[in-house]
Amino acid sequence: MSGIPHDHYEPKTGIEKWLHTRLPIVGLVYDTLMLPTPKNLNWMWIWGIVLAFTLVLQIATGIVLVMHYTPHVDLAFASVEHIMRDVNGGHMIRYFHANGASLFFVAVYLHIFRGLYYGSYKAPREVTWIIGMLMYLMMMGTAFMGYVLPWGQMSFHGTAVITGLFGAIPFIGESIQTWLLGASAVGQPALNRFFSLHYLLPFVLLGLTIVHVWAFHTTGNNNPTGVEVRRTSKEDAAKDTLPFWPYFVIKDLFALAVVLAVFMAIVGFMPNYLGHPDNYIPANPLATPSHIVPEWYFLPFYAILRAFTADVWLVQLVNFVSFGIIDAKFFGVLAMFGAIAVMALAPWLDTSSVRSGRYRPMFKWWFALLAFDFLVLMWVGAMPTDGIYPYISLIAATYWFGYFLVLLPLLGVIEKPLPQPATIEDDFNAHYAPKAGASASAKSAE
Amino acid sequence: MFRKLTLTAATMLALTSGQVFAAEAETEIEDFAFSFEGPFGSFDQMQLQRGLQIYTEVCSACHGLEFVAFRTLHDEGGPALPEDQMRAYAEFYEVYDESIEDYRAATPADKFPAVTGAGAPDLSLMAKSRAGFHGPLGSGINQLVKGMGGAEYIASILSGYHETPECAPEDFDGYYNVAFAPGGYPEECLDDHGHRTVPGSWIGMAPPLWGDDVEYADGHSTELHHEAQDVAAFLMWTAEPKMMARKQAGLSGVILLIMLSVLLYLTNKRLWAPHKHKD
Repeated sequence: MSGIPHDHYEPKTGIEKWLHTRLPIVGLVYDTLMLPTPKNLNWMWIWGIVLAFTLVLQIATGIVLVMHYTPHVDLAFASVEHIMRDVNGGHMIRYFHANGASLFFVAVYLHIFRGLYYGSYKAPREVTWIIGMLMYLMMMGTAFMGYVLPWGQMSFHGTAVITGLFGAIPFIGESIQTWLLGASAVGQPALNRFFSLHYLLPFVLLGLTIVHVWAFHTTGNNNPTGVEVRRTSKEDAAKDTLPFWPYFVIKDLFALAVVLAVFMAIVGFMPNYLGHPDNYIPANPLATPSHIVPEWYFLPFYAILRAFTADVWLVQLVNFVSFGIIDAKFFGVLAMFGAIAVMALAPWLDTSSVRSGRYRPMFKWWFALLAFDFLVLMWVGAMPTDGIYPYISLIAATYWFGYFLVLLPLLGVIEKPLPQPATIEDDFNAHYAPKAGASASAKSAE
Repeated sequence: MFRKLTLTAATMLALTSGQVFAAEAETEIEDFAFSFEGPFGSFDQMQLQRGLQIYTEVCSACHGLEFVAFRTLHDEGGPALPEDQMRAYAEFYEVYDESIEDYRAATPADKFPAVTGAGAPDLSLMAKSRAGFHGPLGSGINQLVKGMGGAEYIASILSGYHETPECAPEDFDGYYNVAFAPGGYPEECLDDHGHRTVPGSWIGMAPPLWGDDVEYADGHSTELHHEAQDVAAFLMWTAEPKMMARKQAGLSGVILLIMLSVLLYLTNKRLWAPHKHKD
């Protein structure tokens, strides 16, 4: 699909022309900044900017932290305390970095669920979606390895649990676990490689960010109606869009400032709220904490991991059919990665021709239930594995898969969508009616 | 719809964060009112000095403060001992110096010696490595209001020694403490379902404070409750020595960002007005 028609950069002065024929970099920046953007974007379209900012924040603070950190099992914990006590502004930099991870995941979850509701994953934006999912996986890996670096109790025992997941893979699991850790148990080799990768992956993430932006700049942004920008002529396109600069830059900066005010309050007044007290105890292989709980952003998938226990009939069936190769532990690992895989496959699982959930009366409710389901999983992931909790996790995990594997394909067939506005301009004018005299075009449904 | 979802998400986030376990062992953590609580709370310098005195005269026999440097006792936003007092205090300790392969008197640049033996944990970070509050139902949500409660936990342990309950055998190891969860627990005190019938558990540490253990220069009360709070406040400072600077930075940051938000909001409104047919 060709891009939205708009004015491109024209070098005027001699020096501009000289540079443009050799390296069209000014043109690239101009076209990126002046990208025609659907003018009806709502406030859920701000999380991309928040994410871009957070990535830069994490890299900037991280680079400074590395200057004072020592990746050694005997020195790591003390070097973090050195940052907290002796390095100028070190306590703020570290708290920014630690809480920055949480900000990152708050923003990414809202960003992903926005995409799921407004059908941003659908053709022609599948590549944007898939790259986004890769970035999300990479973020989780980076966050996990970062949490290991202070070498506290949760760092140490969390690593043992998470790398143990790979140990559940039949036949080759143990070898993979040893290969990941660089030893048969968590220790110096693991700390060294996690440190190395924790520094590397954010830059890969930065590269993927550029590809992600490139992809949706090629297709154009989705918007709350899911109706495409008219590409029939430059004039038509201009009625549906406004240039990214200054309209959306200023809007996004305003939203970013509000988000950062909240973030600043958390860093300034309750920086350890999202952390875990046990990680202020130096790692001790001999003393296992009574409860090993991952960071809040892993909890939904941690809940899915734990949901499929050996007494679930499906697990028993799979175990029987696979001649015992897939036991409950491996089933849980498959379910956890599968939960992200089905989300990544949403573009091909969703059969509806209507993009935006706004015009899908049944989908709307199932989506709301999915969002609620995600929060239930997050809550139950932190709960113990006895009493009523295993049942709640099992039901919630089942719904997660049911939504993607059953509901998304089915709804597209049985649902009767509501009428969509013909153009983005119509939708925008329905909210911001032109003054009397101007042609009031058809009101959109909402 | 998204607005509602975002709100629910915020609530759930609050619900699932922090130390979130079912309270399998009930403890009695008293919600002491400390001067440093809340966004505007600050350390009470005199209280930190009293706490330092208790640490020095009582706790330091078994517990170290290996991450705390003597010079920081002079820092603003802490006990802020006058420099000569801080230097004199440091000399009172002996540290091992690798360059002379011998012990020597500590200087302000040295850290409190780590105390090993006795099996007593280091206290530098104790107030951040324990959460006093987990409720309701182990959700941890009350931490939003009460904070993590590390200092409350310490003060509650110190004042939480009680008469051994009748259910326990007389020779059971340790001392009964209503605020301590992870210690030993006699089977005789479990009911038929295996639930605990008395709060707390048995702790290895003998009661360190009884009241009137020290004599305060400022004439402050030396009741057990007051001593426990003073040393807990001091340990909050050792765990988070930059707390005052942090809150100050947080407040300035929030105010500046709110001002920036207002300006950007007005800019954005003005910018969009012609397109929203509002001018």
